[in-house]
Amino acid sequence: MDRFTWSNGLLEMNETLVIQQRGVKLYDGEDKAKLDVGIALLSTHQLIWRDLKNNECCIAIPLSQIIYFEEQAAGIGKSAKIVIHLHSAPANKEPGPYQQSKFSYIKLSFKEHGQIEFYRRLTEELSQKRWESTPMSQPIPTATDSQTGRTRAVGIVGIERKIEERRKETDKNISEAFEDLSKLMVKAKEMVELSRSIANKIKDKQGDITEDETIRFKSYLLSMGIANPVTRETHGSGTHYHLQLAKQLGDMLLAPLEERGGMMVLTEVYCLVNRARGMELLSPEDLVNACKMFESLKLPLRLRIFDSGVMVVQLQSHSEEEMISSALDNVTDKGSLTAEEFAKMLGLSVLLSKERLLLAEKMGHLCRDDSVEGLRFYPNLFNSQA
Amino acid sequence: MSFEWPWQYNFPPFFTLQPNVDTRQKQLAAWCSLALSYCRHHKLYTLDVMEAQESPVFNHKNIDRKLSTDAILIVFEELRKKGNLEWLDKNKTRCLVMWRRPEEWGKLIYQWVSKNGMANTVFTLYELANGDDTESEEFHGLEDWMLIRSLQALQMDGKAEVITMDDGKGVKFF
Repeated sequence: MDRFTWSNGLLEMNETLVIQQRGVKLYDGEDKAKLDVGIALLSTHQLIWRDLKNNECCIAIPLSQIIYFEEQAAGIGKSAKIVIHLHSAPANKEPGPYQQSKFSYIKLSFKEHGQIEFYRRLTEELSQKRWESTPMSQPIPTATDSQTGRTRAVGIVGIERKIEERRKETDKNISEAFEDLSKLMVKAKEMVELSRSIANKIKDKQGDITEDETIRFKSYLLSMGIANPVTRETHGSGTHYHLQLAKQLGDMLLAPLEERGGMMVLTEVYCLVNRARGMELLSPEDLVNACKMFESLKLPLRLRIFDSGVMVVQLQSHSEEEMISSALDNVTDKGSLTAEEFAKMLGLSVLLSKERLLLAEKMGHLCRDDSVEGLRFYPNLFNSQA
Repeated sequence: MSFEWPWQYNFPPFFTLQPNVDTRQKQLAAWCSLALSYCRHHKLYTLDVMEAQESPVFNHKNIDRKLSTDAILIVFEELRKKGNLEWLDKNKTRCLVMWRRPEEWGKLIYQWVSKNGMANTVFTLYELANGDDTESEEFHGLEDWMLIRSLQALQMDGKAEVITMDDGKGVKFF
């Protein structure tokens, strides 16, 4: 009960009344308060209690003081209650009806019911925390304040101090939250070191290790990948970052691209790159932007956007004519092909093989047969035989 | 004499409307000529879209491919643009197929007439289309509406005059 302060019962400018309930009696912990039955008012900022008969007798408590609250069901001869647990009172608290209390919680006893609605609204307010978004204007210091001679942060200074405090709090929270992550980062570097030493060992002991093991090691290495990734921290932001990133991508993508027949879907690139980077993950946006730089950097890679919107990274040597003619050759060879069959033949993804077939169709080299058996592509006999 | 199918008929993509514009043009042209020659071979003058769908032209059972109704309509529309087809109703369910346009028929008839020196003679329509004299001619068995249209085309050129007689129509050639 010692958390309450005397109040004039008026709401501040940006404070709004949420609900009020008659017939509420206050308990100081387990003891009945020395106050009569009154009205409990819930605003966006505070919980107010006013004596029913004596309007001058009005006390309030800011909602920010509430730690949590719970319901206590009614019993025989007992009204339903809401138990509210409170933070300890701040040192510079204004005076209230109680100077001290051995309890750190109060109870609202609802003689005339309404506790369910009150409880619901209280839950809402505490989850929305509207008192934070629209802080109450500081009450004008009254004569009683100066009499007690306490220093209180007033006006802009007060607001600034409050903001500063809140900022420190957030800072602390964030650094706590990310502590684990930075530990993980340190470990990641160790892992990279480890992968390097493994790689060297593999080189030294070639022949001693079975092929199966080598493949497994290789896949581990791939997951650990780049020892010193280009990050926003090391290379700033914006274009420069993307330029450097593009260079790095150029180096690391060449080999996988050649393996896959010169073309990879951007999503595949994204997965591969981020797996190789381990911790310093790339955003899809950064990847796209970096890929757009390939051309201006004269790297042997190109970002290509198909008509369907599918984006791929391809080797520059991997020209369109070649793609089309290879598609045509393959289709002519087999008589007809579906995208799936073509994908199997080239070891490409189905998406990409389909793009190639569509491209060849667009250029008039292939035509399609769309039936219940699926979409098949044929050499365009309409053009060649007519 | 059995109907000779074009090579496209055994080419599955023929039955899928091609998205590529150039390819599609060639495909449609092939469809038009197939549809016309088929009708000509079987002396068909009217087509029902629903029936056409099931006819061997648009439904090749051997390779299990059929042209969709939408595609058939596109082919028919193409034929209409070329003057070989006319819709009989607004919903486009039935149509007249003119594998020879009326002017062409008129020309054929007139050639026959002048060849046999029968200018200035009056014929009944029945005589022209079903008479013994015309048995070996291509326009033998021509449907009435088509015959009238061809004669009307001739009339426009001043080569014939359609006259109404007691029991039907007749025509006089000049």
